[in-house]
Amino acid sequence: MDFDLSDDQRQIKDSVDRMLAAAYADLKTKAAAQKEPLGFSKANWAQYAELGLLGIPFAEEHGGLGAGPLETMLVMEAIGRNAAIEPFLSTVVLGGGILRHGASAAQQAALIPDVIAGTRRLALAQQERQSRFDLADVTTKAKSDGNGGYVIDGEKVVVLGGDSADTLIVVARIAGERRDRKGLGLFLVGGTAAGVKRTGYATQDGGRAADITFADVKVGAEDVIVGPSGDALAVLERVVDEAIAAISAEAVGAMGALQDLTVDYVKTRKQFGVAIGSFQVIQHKSVDMFTALEQARSMAYLATMMASEDNADERRRSISAAKVQIGRSARFVGEAGIQLHGGIGMTMEYKAGHYFKRLTMIEMAFGNSDHHLRLLAKAGGLIPAAA
Amino acid sequence: MDLRFTPEENAFRQEVRTYFTTEIPKAIREKVEIGEHLSKADMVAAQKALAKKGWAAPHWPKQWGGTDWTPVQKHIYTEELQACSVPPPLAFSISMCGPVIIAFGTEEQKKRFLPPMYNLDEWWCQGFSEPGAGSDLAGLKTTAVKRDGHYYINGQKTWTTLAQHADWIFVLARTDPDAKKQLGISFILVDMKTPGITVRPIQTIDGGVEVNEVFFDDVKVPVENLVGQENRGWDCAKFLLGNERVGIARVGMSKQRIGRIKQLAAKVMSGDKPLMADERFAEKVAAVEVELKALEMTQLRVLADDAKRKSNMPNPASSILKIKGSEIQQTITELLMEVAGPLSLPFLPDEADFGTGEHWAAPAAPAYFNYRKVSIYGGSNEIQRNIIAKAVLGF
Repeated sequence: MDFDLSDDQRQIKDSVDRMLAAAYADLKTKAAAQKEPLGFSKANWAQYAELGLLGIPFAEEHGGLGAGPLETMLVMEAIGRNAAIEPFLSTVVLGGGILRHGASAAQQAALIPDVIAGTRRLALAQQERQSRFDLADVTTKAKSDGNGGYVIDGEKVVVLGGDSADTLIVVARIAGERRDRKGLGLFLVGGTAAGVKRTGYATQDGGRAADITFADVKVGAEDVIVGPSGDALAVLERVVDEAIAAISAEAVGAMGALQDLTVDYVKTRKQFGVAIGSFQVIQHKSVDMFTALEQARSMAYLATMMASEDNADERRRSISAAKVQIGRSARFVGEAGIQLHGGIGMTMEYKAGHYFKRLTMIEMAFGNSDHHLRLLAKAGGLIPAAA
Repeated sequence: MDLRFTPEENAFRQEVRTYFTTEIPKAIREKVEIGEHLSKADMVAAQKALAKKGWAAPHWPKQWGGTDWTPVQKHIYTEELQACSVPPPLAFSISMCGPVIIAFGTEEQKKRFLPPMYNLDEWWCQGFSEPGAGSDLAGLKTTAVKRDGHYYINGQKTWTTLAQHADWIFVLARTDPDAKKQLGISFILVDMKTPGITVRPIQTIDGGVEVNEVFFDDVKVPVENLVGQENRGWDCAKFLLGNERVGIARVGMSKQRIGRIKQLAAKVMSGDKPLMADERFAEKVAAVEVELKALEMTQLRVLADDAKRKSNMPNPASSILKIKGSEIQQTITELLMEVAGPLSLPFLPDEADFGTGEHWAAPAAPAYFNYRKVSIYGGSNEIQRNIIAKAVLGF
């Protein structure tokens, strides 16, 4: 048992740390990037590609690194530490995850090299207005065209990275009722295909998302990722579990940075003639932040380790447990970080608020703490009853 | 990064578990399992069974009966000890005074005291806390005055756990009244049969008499019983308190208790369904499991780090283990009491038998009351926060 990184992993960590630390050294640069047409810096995105980060989880035959959740964790932690806004999660983890776990060899060969090169961004169009955290709650319809293709009608909301994606991966219902676990399909749809209407907007954390309507959108047989004979939900669940592991690492990065920022701040901020960090009440709150952070870090490791577990039941329990801890820690560290900063924590000119906002959104993504606690309890928890 | 145990480590776990479950008397382990008080004879029998195998003090040097296990093996041993409900070797000698004698004592002291500690032929208790010296241990007032080759000890110790069984007590006493605070304190071994020692039991809120006051009235102790240098006893105390945090997380024990709560809650009915099927209760249990899993992973991280650092100083992050470990243990006692519900009300100080067949319910409330102590002893959780603030966050 060891928690050490290999030389290759250390290299990935160093390069992504260096690149993002430079790119996000100044919040004014971030604000300017948000005003670019894509909603983030095109130049930064090119650097992700250049450093090979966009190829991390993909097979070497497609030009990827053939690496796993641990390497993804290193990138996500750096993204969290810098409150970075490039669509790595939506393109590589979510979209890329569907391609890895669900797509045919031909689809993979056609799409993955472009993703790795940074010339094709992906988005997973799954969330619907009513579906909350239920992945099976899908009303968007996919009707067979009789030739192996489909026609898609429906609406998706808050599709992460949806406004700038070149290719959308759409979850739609081929058969069954609204919340049936069977009858779902996964389809490739061009971002600007006929019948696709996207309304993009900024999200609370500085990222981008879109509401997307699909009206008579035609999908050829070659663009069906999972059809009626496959288990689209299993693929989706697997990818979402990987995404939860990834945002757990991102949350740890953000919490760690906020913790450091806060401790540094209270050591220098003077009131009543002394640094406020000399007060025990401030010290103990900082320690509680540290404890919450370290407990979250431990569970992010667990999630990373379990993300590639094939036993879906075991994987889901661990991932749910991790999401509960991450969510609770993120809420505590985020709120305490702002509180200990006082007024300056409330401003957009200062980084603390950026971390807090991203942490808050992470808690709302892919099931909040309550949702996962319920799932875990229903699954019987982590420890078996005594015999 | 690889968070799995090796096949050799898993085999070791199996070996340890087999020994614990076959060689430690079942009746004793069942008492631990349901949280009943153990008699002195129970604890002696359990430790002797461990000593027979050479497992009474794995972290001691081999020469004195210890092992050359890796940190991971020691961790597995502790985890299995707790998981199998084996009473741990007496902490006051094996984890506290023994290591101090090994680190600071003379050869004569080692030969005289370590073997009977190992076999629990002599029972030890800890003379640290005083009415005016709790978290501020260095504020202690008990004095030891040197005269004609002896120390004469006067003062009062308190919260002395199981002093009623003890043959020996290790005492922190002030040997230089003019020195400030930590300076001028010595670490002295005292035979409990010495004239002038009075033990008065203290009944705690759980109804038990685990702790005592110990009074010293001109207690005459040979100077050979000083450990380390005179006036340098604080070094011993700091060393000992650092060791006290090892294994404090009690992950194995908490896992075992959660498993038991689930077993009981699957039988106890709440309305028309088992309590375990009550969503609110099930989610409370799941929430503790999450915290415990995180703690287990944190403990493994501390362990991996310790194995690499090869230093005797505990990782400052081990303070987290104390804080979270104690909070989790307390929550678990609360959950067990919740399982017992109204059956937790009867106060039965002298017998665990409930008389109605609900044997398991009687210790639930006492355990809850008793476990308030775990966030107080061994450096209260507030002191642990001070330690982290200073050592980790640099305040």
